[in-house]
Amino acid sequence: MSKLLLLGDEAIGQAALDAGISGVYAYPGTPSTEIMEYVQHSKQAAEGQVHRSWSANEKTAMESAIGMSYAGKRALVCMKHVGLNVAADPFMNSAITGANGGLVYLIADDPSMHSSQDEQDSRFFAKFAYIPVFEPSNQQEAYDMTYDAFAFSEKYRIPVMLRVTTRLAHSRAGVAKKESLPQNEVKLCDNKKQFILLPAHARVFYRELLAKQPLLEKESVESKYNQYIDGSDKSMGVIVSGIAYNYLMENYVGTKCPYPVLKITQYPIPTQLVARMVNECETVLVAEEGYPLIEEQLKGLLNAGKPVKGRLDGTLPRDGELNPNLLAVALGLTDTYGADVPEIVAPRPPALCLGCPHIDSYTALNQAMEQYGPGRVFSDIGCYTLGALPPYNAIYSTVDMGASITMAKGASDAGLRPAVAVIGDSTFTHSGITSLLDCVVENTPVTVFILDNFTTGMTGGQDSHALGRIGNICKGLGVAEEHIRVITPLKKNHETNLQIVKEELEYQGVSVIIPTRECVQTLKKKLTKK
Amino acid sequence: MKIDIILAGVGGQGILSIASIIGYAALKKGLHLKQAEVHGMSQRGGDVQSHFRLADHEIASDLIPQGQADLIISVEPMESLRYLPWLSSKGWLITNDQPFINIPNYPAPEVLSAELNKLPNKVVINADKIAKELGSARSANMVILGAASPFIEIDFKDIENAVSEVFARKGEEIVNTNLACLRAGREFAQQNK
Ligand SMILES: Cc1ncc(C[n+]2csc(CCOP(=O)(O)OP(=O)(O)O)c2C)c(N)n1
Ligand code: SF4
Repeated sequence: MSKLLLLGDEAIGQAALDAGISGVYAYPGTPSTEIMEYVQHSKQAAEGQVHRSWSANEKTAMESAIGMSYAGKRALVCMKHVGLNVAADPFMNSAITGANGGLVYLIADDPSMHSSQDEQDSRFFAKFAYIPVFEPSNQQEAYDMTYDAFAFSEKYRIPVMLRVTTRLAHSRAGVAKKESLPQNEVKLCDNKKQFILLPAHARVFYRELLAKQPLLEKESVESKYNQYIDGSDKSMGVIVSGIAYNYLMENYVGTKCPYPVLKITQYPIPTQLVARMVNECETVLVAEEGYPLIEEQLKGLLNAGKPVKGRLDGTLPRDGELNPNLLAVALGLTDTYGADVPEIVAPRPPALCLGCPHIDSYTALNQAMEQYGPGRVFSDIGCYTLGALPPYNAIYSTVDMGASITMAKGASDAGLRPAVAVIGDSTFTHSGITSLLDCVVENTPVTVFILDNFTTGMTGGQDSHALGRIGNICKGLGVAEEHIRVITPLKKNHETNLQIVKEELEYQGVSVIIPTRECVQTLKKKLTKK
Repeated sequence: MKIDIILAGVGGQGILSIASIIGYAALKKGLHLKQAEVHGMSQRGGDVQSHFRLADHEIASDLIPQGQADLIISVEPMESLRYLPWLSSKGWLITNDQPFINIPNYPAPEVLSAELNKLPNKVVINADKIAKELGSARSANMVILGAASPFIEIDFKDIENAVSEVFARKGEEIVNTNLACLRAGREFAQQNK
């Protein structure tokens, strides 16, 4: 069969469909978004009536998938790395309940923070939860591992993490497909207590989870995905994980790496293979795309064994993505470099689109805030985060989704007035609702802007759960109706809008301003479709 | 055989349409291909680039090593210069000369062309003008692809076929305009390289 040209993300979506999933649950987040989008456009998914709508956030996504697994069917959950922080509660506890139908957590990490606020390495989370990880090094492995992960999950009755990074998620290559498996039937667990984590049960299940660990490690040692490739030069051995394997091999195109190489793409770490390398080689170089997880463990607290090189001793950079050149330097090979970037080349940061409704919202807000001085506007994550940059310089925080409202609350509690929050519609339904409830319960003086552009703009315009619901949600939470102000952010409305903003900034209680106008990008898409 | 290409431009300029044509032609030839794209944040008027790799053997890295790219193909002149660290000493830079100015400190035109003139191997082309003259300002990318085509080891016929097939569903007229743009770009490069 001819190969399909797929993004890493698309390969994962296709593999999950071929593995017979009954549902994908996800909240958008770069670089994971394209998995759900692929499934949403797939005929195969439509024919199989695979669940493929977005969830409100990563926690609700994961819980729904756990429910599908409970019912005996296979489910895939997708999110970016920081989404796992939001879903950490179901994540950790689902390791204790275990899975019934195959349950796979796709977590897309973003080393170098191309579009994220940190570069946390999700393999640490998997280790924390004691669940196995597959970490593909290329698009074909992304397909194969996803396909296998569901059966693996069912075999050990445990959720499995698939960890990818930006480069693999967003890079295309040819992928060969396997046969499509049918979906599971509904079938409950034999043990009807498996999902009841009362302490008395949980203690038992936790010991069972611990007892699975040697079996999982044996799988890692025997796995076709973990390879020990012997080499003649034993002065050094090289351990590479995931996509770092490619960067190593790029330095030996047409030749063979002289050193023994251990490629780790399935965890727990295959200790036996690592031991062989340490015994046979004088030093070990560890290259991981992410935090030094293998390296730290190999080195140990006392660093008393054979010399270990990697991110911790400066052989490789301590942070950021790897690349072939960094590996060349670490291997002592000659590095290659073109010419320096001429000084005249100016940075070109991303900016709000021409005609973006957020521009008009910030223009009104900035003018209204002039009399109070800087430092009083807390914001969130979305296109509107670009309001932190010139020419707006309008916001002073962006920490995690939903934090704008609660940080404004804390600052208001501290006496900083007015305290303003700026949050997007999708972010509001992701994590802002409970934050607003906190304000309402104490009637904290805060002014909350909920920027309703009818979409999840930042990640490319996915449907927003907030659509048509924001006003009612605020009312339901108990915000006084006269302090829920809907405005239309347009230049021609500037004076009216400014007046409304000024009024609400004065109000010593909870007020919500909802600038309502569609994102120009989704609007354009709709118009060209017509 | 291998060809490593850095595609460059500004978010929204559609550099990936160039990639998809070369990719289409390459796959038909049974070549290996890897293409690292930029998604997400950098699409809103920021700089974007894509690493596009073709070879007749298995390709290891999704990223092109610095100093080893055979071509920089750019739809914007300043952006073409941003990726010089990747260009090999024998490599060629193919760029549109029409600036996309959305920042206050964009270099002056004479400074920019002086910088481009320093390069030994380059094709600098007014793709917008050629595309407009041929009836479709939106096909400037095809002019650029045409200008790059003499440097890509794929038969020109195969690239033409790829253009025809990729644009087929948009109708014959659009196919022909794009082919005309492709050919005009190629001609320019052959006369000016
Ligand atoms: C926990 C978490 N999940 C997902 C993301 C990715 N992400 C960043 S902003 C955003 C959505 C923004 O949508 P919205 O709030 O409607 O603002 P807009 O971009 O439309 O202005 C998403 C999904 C993230 N940064 N953190
Ligand atoms: S994508 Fe939409 S919300 Fe984001 S900057 Fe552009 S217009 Fe604004």
